[in-house]
Amino acid sequence: MTADTLAVIRPETEAELAGFLRDATRPMAIRGGGTRPVGLIQPGGVLETGGLDGITLYEPGALTLVARAGTPLAEVEAALAAEGQRLPFEPMDHRALLGTTGAPTLGGMVAANASGPRRVVAGACRDSLIGVRFVDGTGSVVKNGGRVMKNVTGYDLVKLMAGSWGTLGVLTEVSFKLLPAPESAATLVWEGLDAAQAVALMSAALGLPWEVNAASHLPDGRTALRIEGFAASVDYRADELGKALARFGRSVRVARDEGAALWQAVRDVTPFAAGQGTGDIWRLSVKPSDAPALAQKAGGEALFDWGGGLVWLRLPEGTDLRARLGEFRGHATLIRASVDTRRRLPVFQPEPAPVAALSKGLRARFDPRGLLNPGLMG
Amino acid sequence: MQMPAPSADILARRARITRRLREVLPGDAVIDDPVETRAYECDGLTAYRCPPLAAVLPSTTEEVAAVLRVCHEERVPVVPRGAGTSLAGGALPTADSVILGVARLTQVLETDYDNRFIRVQTGRTNLSVTGAVEADGFFYAPDPSSQLACAIAGNIGMNSGGAHCLKYGVTTNNLLGVTLVQMDGTVLELGGAHMDAGGYDLLGLICGSEGQLGVVTEATLRILPKPEGARPALIGFGSNEVAGACVSDIIKAGILPVAIEFMDRPCIIATENFAKAGYPDCEALLIVEVEGSEAEIDGQLGLIRQIAARHDPVEFRESQSEDESRKIWLGRKSAFGAMGVMGDYICLDGTIPVSELPFVLRRIGELSAQFGLKVANVFHAGDGNMHPLILFDANKPGDLETCEAMGAEILKLCVEVGGCLTGEHGVGIEKRDLMNVQFAPGDLEAQMRVKDVFDPGWLLNPAKVFPLEASESRRAG
Repeated sequence: MTADTLAVIRPETEAELAGFLRDATRPMAIRGGGTRPVGLIQPGGVLETGGLDGITLYEPGALTLVARAGTPLAEVEAALAAEGQRLPFEPMDHRALLGTTGAPTLGGMVAANASGPRRVVAGACRDSLIGVRFVDGTGSVVKNGGRVMKNVTGYDLVKLMAGSWGTLGVLTEVSFKLLPAPESAATLVWEGLDAAQAVALMSAALGLPWEVNAASHLPDGRTALRIEGFAASVDYRADELGKALARFGRSVRVARDEGAALWQAVRDVTPFAAGQGTGDIWRLSVKPSDAPALAQKAGGEALFDWGGGLVWLRLPEGTDLRARLGEFRGHATLIRASVDTRRRLPVFQPEPAPVAALSKGLRARFDPRGLLNPGLMG
Repeated sequence: MQMPAPSADILARRARITRRLREVLPGDAVIDDPVETRAYECDGLTAYRCPPLAAVLPSTTEEVAAVLRVCHEERVPVVPRGAGTSLAGGALPTADSVILGVARLTQVLETDYDNRFIRVQTGRTNLSVTGAVEADGFFYAPDPSSQLACAIAGNIGMNSGGAHCLKYGVTTNNLLGVTLVQMDGTVLELGGAHMDAGGYDLLGLICGSEGQLGVVTEATLRILPKPEGARPALIGFGSNEVAGACVSDIIKAGILPVAIEFMDRPCIIATENFAKAGYPDCEALLIVEVEGSEAEIDGQLGLIRQIAARHDPVEFRESQSEDESRKIWLGRKSAFGAMGVMGDYICLDGTIPVSELPFVLRRIGELSAQFGLKVANVFHAGDGNMHPLILFDANKPGDLETCEAMGAEILKLCVEVGGCLTGEHGVGIEKRDLMNVQFAPGDLEAQMRVKDVFDPGWLLNPAKVFPLEASESRRAG
């Protein structure tokens, strides 16, 4: 049975959602925009969050936004752009990579902790997320955090919810701290470096005081750095960087449009887009200096982001990357593969026993009946 | 403020418990002489004191695990302690508890500039982390005012902030990994030199959990390259409202200073008398610091000057030298000391939406008149984290209680306008009984479930964070 033929529940209010989950008996797939289906879920129904939508509070002067979880990301980004602001973490759009359609929602973005190139400096989605409301698997409404950017009142369930893929609760409202959009940006590109040279360059750049906020090495051999800010400052820092990194060869400052296209390609991993070549997609999070050797061991093609800390790999179908790498520090997530492969290989990196016990314990407490995205995590 | 009555059963086993602790630790690492345990009777919240059953000072993760195993078997509550600088009573013991101090865990374990992290034992002080890397051009960003003394363990426990977190974030945004010892002695690694969690973000959960989920013995911290330079400007205003509006306009203009600090008139006068920083005579002042090259700093301060000019400033003083920068910060950094000279005080820590600043300051003024206690305001304006200081006389019967009652009113006000009880100090015992103001029972239940998973016996720092009646059935079990 595919998700399309299942009963779809689409609550319009948090109270309606809570009532539904209190009485629910069948496991549900939780769906925002349906653009990030990484797991293999066998539900008895689909719970859509799209009915819980709308920006509830936006204060540009306080750099904060609160919106219901089913709000389309595009709507939020448009509202922010009108005030010259943005989400700091440059959320990845999974549609190209996974060949999905639909409109990404804020809740889905949070559930996936989706972050893009700026994450290396500005932090991930979880770092900008300052408040959540959600309904847990028992139907209880829980609020945590709030709308202020400094808040240590009680445990930080906000972080726990980010990246929990809907398995601990269904998000109903999320709050973010924002950043001003920059006046100007510069992208410097080096050609022809191998992965080891590229990671060395990126490490050097991120260790200099000129606030590089994205550093990536693409499968086509380009290595790129980005600087953003006020125009005069960007020009100054771009010059200084080029000089300081001259030992890696000559860099070119590309035109603004070309730079924007490059970072969107990195953000959405479009070199490995669905329909352009075959292969499974793995996402490897490691210490940057470990990345070149691990990518080589993995084989296949690699795209390095976050200065090397994030490696996207396209590998022959059915490859067990974890078996191939052996022991390594970090984690590997299977993002795109056939149903057969996903049955055989866990999506998320298996955790050491004591950590797995904690994850399992949390899942059992927040979703004791196993209703929410069964089969994923915990 | 109440603490649970100590368990007679545990007190009766005192000799056996300390003997067992001595079996797993060097002799000088177990302190049970009543004269010496006095040193651990309180933290920075000195109004409440109680010597512990014993204090232990392990030197390794293995020793921490051994201590916790003993306490787990003996069912003895454990109160983890960093440097004891908590203003919220996070390290306040009970008579039947063992204080686990990390003071001997001070090693730097690894420094890695290519990957921009440092791994330290958590008894190391905040400032000495920066001290270990600054000669090579790096720093550790979170900078609580107590950074000379406070330990990384406590910073993680309380998710500490500081003056510069507007740009760099708080502890949780700069913490990459921890070695955590669970109450039953299990040692586990969360995170590391890589980014983000593979499964649930347990690292994010640990940070700010006030020592209730485990004892953090080692931490991997993000370090950043030092900016080329930094320069503060001091701006004086005719009223709190105008200063607040200026903060909002600076942020809206797309400038992100590393710090925006706010002081009101009572605080300006107190610090001026104490530190002679040369502050202007005005109702409110802002210290705004920006970073970058000389030209970049000139550019940003030029914009800030234009924005400030729209708010009719009494004075706009841009630092012209290192010495002047030091002087501008001197008053702000000595604010707490200056208030201490004037009398006893309690320091609050609520956060409010920046837009509510003028209203909240006006209400605090009214409460000050109503309760008959003086208040000075000094805080991180960019992020809305307020630190009202309420002055009282500890020798005057009833004054502490009046002061606490007024503090509670101010914190309720913070919650009412959309903020929270504590922005960076933590709940501890100080805000424990106000948690019901900010959270519904279901919200607290969800948090307590997390503790059930990490510490099923509720032995780690058990009487903190949650109102006693809310946690009672769990603590009894």
